[in-house]
Amino acid sequence: MEKQLHSMLSLRGLTRRFGGLTAVDTIDLDLAKGELISIIGPNGAGKTTLFNLVTGLDRPDAGTVSFEGQDITGLSPERLAAEGIARTFQLGRVFGNLSVMDNVLIGAHTRLRAVKPAVPVIGPLLELGLALLRPASVKAEEEQLREEVKAILARFGERLLPRIDQPAYSLSYANRRRVEIARALALKPRLLLLDEPTAGMNPTETAEMQGLVAELKAEGLTILLIEHKLEMVMRLSDRVIVMDEGKKIAEGPGEQVRTDPKVIEAYLGHGLSGTAEQESAA
Amino acid sequence: MSSWFDYTINGLIIGNVYALVAVGLALIFGVSRLINFAQGSIYLVGAYIGWVAVVRLHTPLPLTIIVVAAAAALVGLVIERFGLRPLQNSVRIAPLLATIGISFVLDQLVMLTFSPNPRALPSQLPDVRFQLGGGTIGPLDLLIAGVGITSALLLFVFLRYSKLGWAVRAASQDRDAAMQMGVDVNRVNQAVFGIAAALGGVSGMLVGMYYNQIDTAMSLQATLKGVVAEVVGGAGNVPGAVIGSLLLGLVESYGVAVFGTSYRNLFAFLLLVVVLVLRPNGLFISPRQAPPEPLTGTFIAPSRPLRIPRWALAVAGAIFAVLPLFPVSFYVLQTLINAWLLGMLALSLTLVAGTMGQVSLGHAALLAIGAYTSALLSLTLNVPVGLAIIGGGLMSAALGTLLISPSFRLRGHYVSIATLAIGEIVALVILNWESVTRGPIGISGIPPLTLFGYDLISPSSVYWFSLAVMVVLALLQGRLLTSHLGRSFRAIRDDDIAARAYGLSLNRYKSLAFIFGGFAAGVSGGIAAHLYSYINHETFNTQQSILALTVVILGGLGNVVGAIVGSVALVGLPEVFRIAAEYRILIYGIVLLLLVRFRPQGLLGTI
Repeated sequence: MEKQLHSMLSLRGLTRRFGGLTAVDTIDLDLAKGELISIIGPNGAGKTTLFNLVTGLDRPDAGTVSFEGQDITGLSPERLAAEGIARTFQLGRVFGNLSVMDNVLIGAHTRLRAVKPAVPVIGPLLELGLALLRPASVKAEEEQLREEVKAILARFGERLLPRIDQPAYSLSYANRRRVEIARALALKPRLLLLDEPTAGMNPTETAEMQGLVAELKAEGLTILLIEHKLEMVMRLSDRVIVMDEGKKIAEGPGEQVRTDPKVIEAYLGHGLSGTAEQESAA
Repeated sequence: MSSWFDYTINGLIIGNVYALVAVGLALIFGVSRLINFAQGSIYLVGAYIGWVAVVRLHTPLPLTIIVVAAAAALVGLVIERFGLRPLQNSVRIAPLLATIGISFVLDQLVMLTFSPNPRALPSQLPDVRFQLGGGTIGPLDLLIAGVGITSALLLFVFLRYSKLGWAVRAASQDRDAAMQMGVDVNRVNQAVFGIAAALGGVSGMLVGMYYNQIDTAMSLQATLKGVVAEVVGGAGNVPGAVIGSLLLGLVESYGVAVFGTSYRNLFAFLLLVVVLVLRPNGLFISPRQAPPEPLTGTFIAPSRPLRIPRWALAVAGAIFAVLPLFPVSFYVLQTLINAWLLGMLALSLTLVAGTMGQVSLGHAALLAIGAYTSALLSLTLNVPVGLAIIGGGLMSAALGTLLISPSFRLRGHYVSIATLAIGEIVALVILNWESVTRGPIGISGIPPLTLFGYDLISPSSVYWFSLAVMVVLALLQGRLLTSHLGRSFRAIRDDDIAARAYGLSLNRYKSLAFIFGGFAAGVSGGIAAHLYSYINHETFNTQQSILALTVVILGGLGNVVGAIVGSVALVGLPEVFRIAAEYRILIYGIVLLLLVRFRPQGLLGTI
């Protein structure tokens, strides 16, 4: 009960089935404010499906998602973005024909005042009017956001800033991942979900990314991380959750999870756990 | 009650014919996730080959069927090999546009070869009716049923027991995995296109025999009906397509029984819209979608748009503005007025199809709504023409957006189907709602253009008026594109999932794009109505929608200047070269195909 009070995100009995397959099977999870939890597990364990359930891109068959004490189960992704939940995507979903600047500005969309004149029904028409007339306040807001975007891009060193006006399709794979994270940061999220931020990155790039995530955590951001690179997981996570075939098979501090026989078995299969244990000890 | 029996038989027979088209569409969708807009054209080709065989060559019926199937299959193979295979690694919009272009080219070729006049296609069967239950059934009914069942059995055996059939099924379940397992996807595509075309061609011939009439308008109808049946059954679901077809046949047949023949198509398209809204995956799959597959590549061709300096645009604008002061012929002004009117339509379409990624094939309906509104406002309510035109624009914006809104959650090809159907619905409503639209008689005596009490009768004043309106619309659209809305539209086009995850509501932004685009198109229609002084339900037709699409592709999707350049080029060049009117549509189709293949980003680049 106490845990629930302090948790920013809590999942209770979250379940999603696809035909005969249970991709996410009665998952419970509590993420406290400022905490970083990593979710690891073999491919197909249901990690990304879990992210989709939390961010509203998919709806659970059973169970609840609550965010800061509010039940948000089944809300649309648009609503959840407005609540301050931002995510990145496993396979990278940048807007290919938009410049880096525009990609990241989309991240700030929910914060635009021009977007939501608080009038029902004709709100969208007012938005159209504001976009066409562009009064000083709208211009100023846009300018301020552009400055913010530059500040966010500066966190990636010289990776993105020199390419700020290039369309995203021309970027390297690693840079697209960075643009995704920059876009997520532009939302000023209260909860950030990162789906394999270092996929396809070399060791140097991975180390950079790890540094950035550590910074974000130090700034107090609450983060849910899916990651395969165990060293990064061990260094960053307050807790690690291991999923296999939709189920949570282990949870706890990194070192404890790492030596859990069930985890080793899930990763390496039956009959190999003996050798695996030796390896991980080594 | 005997008539009900007859209507049921009629519905099942027609459903059987639709099934031959729909099964082909389902096979193609299964392996290449493509709705083949050219399917109806193959059906048309089949009907005319059947006519040549029966009337000219006097072939016996079994041979006729074989000839039609073989010739249609050949057309299908050619389409696959030269129209679609080169686009395999192209952007997602390319194959869609290619099948639209191919369909246009084939229809025009048939029309140029055989003339657009209807022809009789005798069935070669004895004209007897057998009593059955409460009604009658003829030999042709039995033939159609026989062909339908035989094809279904052959297809089942092929898919189930032949090696190539396995490959087709494997490719439709998971194309990438099938390729990795050594399935030759090109052969699979060939097989599927060949089979689909053979079935489609035979279907066209049977329909021609059933009504003892064939004409070139059959093509679009067949595509639409086949797609309706396929979508009802669930895209890519072959047995579903058969059931969907029979259902569609029955719905139409009973609808005609109750309301009359002119409502036949209305029922088909309403069924489509209802299914798309309530069960977009068809009747047989649960409406809850599996998580969306990751999208790779971009929807439109990525390119750096050509930056045209402002002064150059200003100079070009000034030259066109002073043109009437020089001794230019009435003919030149008239041509350019047409270009400016098309330009407004193209601005609308380039926003909706290019910037927003909703490839509308029913854009002429927006012209029609604007034209009828403006004409009726000025005629019956004596609203000044200037205001009436604005009223037409507003009506197009409101009604167009309302009509298209059910399909906002659809993607890619489905949007095109829905817009095509909605365009047809608008035309049918105009035809049938006689108390308001005066039905097939049309509206005559529409007052000429006036502005602040002055009549715009001289060609130069009409020229200036239409140019000015177009320039204002273009400037507004340019301003829209540089605002946060332009950014939001393009983001939704590139990846609607990621856009939603960042708070962009698809309904809201697609509505805004259609409101703005609907206004521009409606104004164009309104001006046209006052210029022509007479309009009817055929004034604004699918050919204009396709012409606008070609203009937009030529100029570069989403490109405002490109839309205008494209309009001038496509209206002006045929005039310069004095190309006969009947060849123009063919040329537009060929231009569309060449662009998609060789310069998908258009002349000025996509934005």
